[in-house]
Amino acid sequence: MIRLEGIDRSFQVGGEWVHALREISLEIPAGDYVAIMGPSGSGKSTLLNVIGLLDRPDRGRYLLGGVDAAGLTEEGRADLRRDKIGFVFQSFHLISRLTAAENVELPLVLAGTEPRVREARVAELLQQLNLSDRARHRPDQLSGGQRQRVAIARALAMRPAVLLADEPTGNLDLTSGREVVEILEGMNAKGITLLVVTHDPAIGGRAHRRIRMVDGLVEEGA
Amino acid sequence: MRTADLFVFGLKALGGARLRTALMLLSMTIGVGAVVMLTALGEGARRYVVESFSDLGTHLLIVLPGRSETTGTAPPMMGETPRDLTLNDAIALGRGRDVEFVAPLMIGSAPASSGGRLRDLTVVGSTWELQPVRHLRVRQGGFLPRGDADRASPVVVLGEKTLKELFGNQNPLGAWIRLGDRRFRVIGVLEPLGQSVGTDFSDIAIIPVASAQALFNSSSLFRILVQAKGRERIPKAREFILDTIRARHEGEEDVTVIAQDALLSTFDGILRALTYTVGAIAAVSLAVAGILIMNVMLVAVSQRTQEIGLLKALGASQRQVLGLFLAESALLSVLGAFTGLLAAQGVIWGVARLYPAFPIAAPLWAPIAAASVAVASGLLFGWLPARRASRLDPVLALAGG
Repeated sequence: MIRLEGIDRSFQVGGEWVHALREISLEIPAGDYVAIMGPSGSGKSTLLNVIGLLDRPDRGRYLLGGVDAAGLTEEGRADLRRDKIGFVFQSFHLISRLTAAENVELPLVLAGTEPRVREARVAELLQQLNLSDRARHRPDQLSGGQRQRVAIARALAMRPAVLLADEPTGNLDLTSGREVVEILEGMNAKGITLLVVTHDPAIGGRAHRRIRMVDGLVEEGA
Repeated sequence: MRTADLFVFGLKALGGARLRTALMLLSMTIGVGAVVMLTALGEGARRYVVESFSDLGTHLLIVLPGRSETTGTAPPMMGETPRDLTLNDAIALGRGRDVEFVAPLMIGSAPASSGGRLRDLTVVGSTWELQPVRHLRVRQGGFLPRGDADRASPVVVLGEKTLKELFGNQNPLGAWIRLGDRRFRVIGVLEPLGQSVGTDFSDIAIIPVASAQALFNSSSLFRILVQAKGRERIPKAREFILDTIRARHEGEEDVTVIAQDALLSTFDGILRALTYTVGAIAAVSLAVAGILIMNVMLVAVSQRTQEIGLLKALGASQRQVLGLFLAESALLSVLGAFTGLLAAQGVIWGVARLYPAFPIAAPLWAPIAAASVAVASGLLFGWLPARRASRLDPVLALAGG
């Protein structure tokens, strides 16, 4: 499903070159549940961004579902991102002027889906995440756990093959965090490949596979 | 992405920053409104002048005493005053083959009284031919009687306002009024016509020219109005007038003949140019509004950096992000143009109600040009911020930088 070969990525931060990813080679089969762990600055978010096609590696090959991402144009990468990948962020990234339902609908709107199809899909997702009674609420009227659930619903809107979560529980209390992790795992159980960046060992411990990153290098854990 | 969704998204984004949107709309409204209103005023002034001149008739030649020299030799050494125009000059002009009507004109002021009411009036001395020449309409009674111009009958035709002031609501026909030291019988009342260049025809009394000569104790005419038999005969009529006057004034061409036609097209041209100029000056405010749109959209792009990053993470292409922000600028300018046109129409309507005599109206090109310049400037100035948004790096944008 996901195959990285010799991925290298470095960038400049405040005049200094940071080598965020060094010769990373990695294979993640479809349906896997992987935790990417490591101290901050170890390159785990960069890895997630490369896998999510938000960032381009300087060197190396990246195959997503058999497609060579390096050979794609900017527009092609956007299309692939839209169709194959769902993002869940630590800070939710909901658009504050839109209601929960409109936030969930956004990827479908960008994809040009018919309004009638969109409506049905959004209703289904909200129901699935137990948010039906919050559909008309704006993000500032929702609790943290509810916001993250809206964000997950949005990530699932295009039925992606891969779900990328960057510290999804970082801004949540324990209970809501556990709830969110359970939802993500539920999606994984239905066949979605799940990658979670976290430095919470309790969450990392639940994954099928753990990848430790230190200074841009991968150390595979048990 | 569907076009409708593009604009719905834009509308919601504009709705999310109400104050900013309202201020933007206001500046566009002022820009578009100013262009339309100012051109409407210019056009109104042009129509006003053109209509006033048309009241005089377009085949009209005006004969003024005195020669305005535009070419020629130095002024004569001997002091020379132009000869007056006389009633006999006017009668002689009436014999021309190309001349349809000749209306001699004498204008003066005289105290008028009737039944104890006293008032100073503008008194016009002329003949029955003044009526066709100036397109006057009689509401009651008749106009000056036909007949020899040098017959001084004691009759008067009153204007609307004069009538009210002297008679109130009484029937004036057949009544006598006193003008200066003479008595005149009222034989007719004019319909209100409004302003006609130089003279307010509702505020006068018209008497036979010979009576006016006696009243003012003078034989010189203020001017002679000559109507040619057709537009194409104006040059011949003009030649005839000059020949006749020269023959009668011992070889001196001491009158000026103004063709109504030429005067009209000159004024028309000047005022049209003025309208364009005023419109162009107002269009500067549209450019300013365009720059404001750019400013506001740049602020929007930097405030919504994270949102742009998110849109890209959700699969929005550069083209889509560009489209989204351009759609917002387009909506701002289209809505602004619309409210501007409404505001201008409102003001024009208000002015038209307050001053019914002033024919204010925007020429058709004004709203079309104003709205299209507004939309074009919105898109043009919206391009730069939209491009900046579309080129943001998604990773940095999501991080809020």
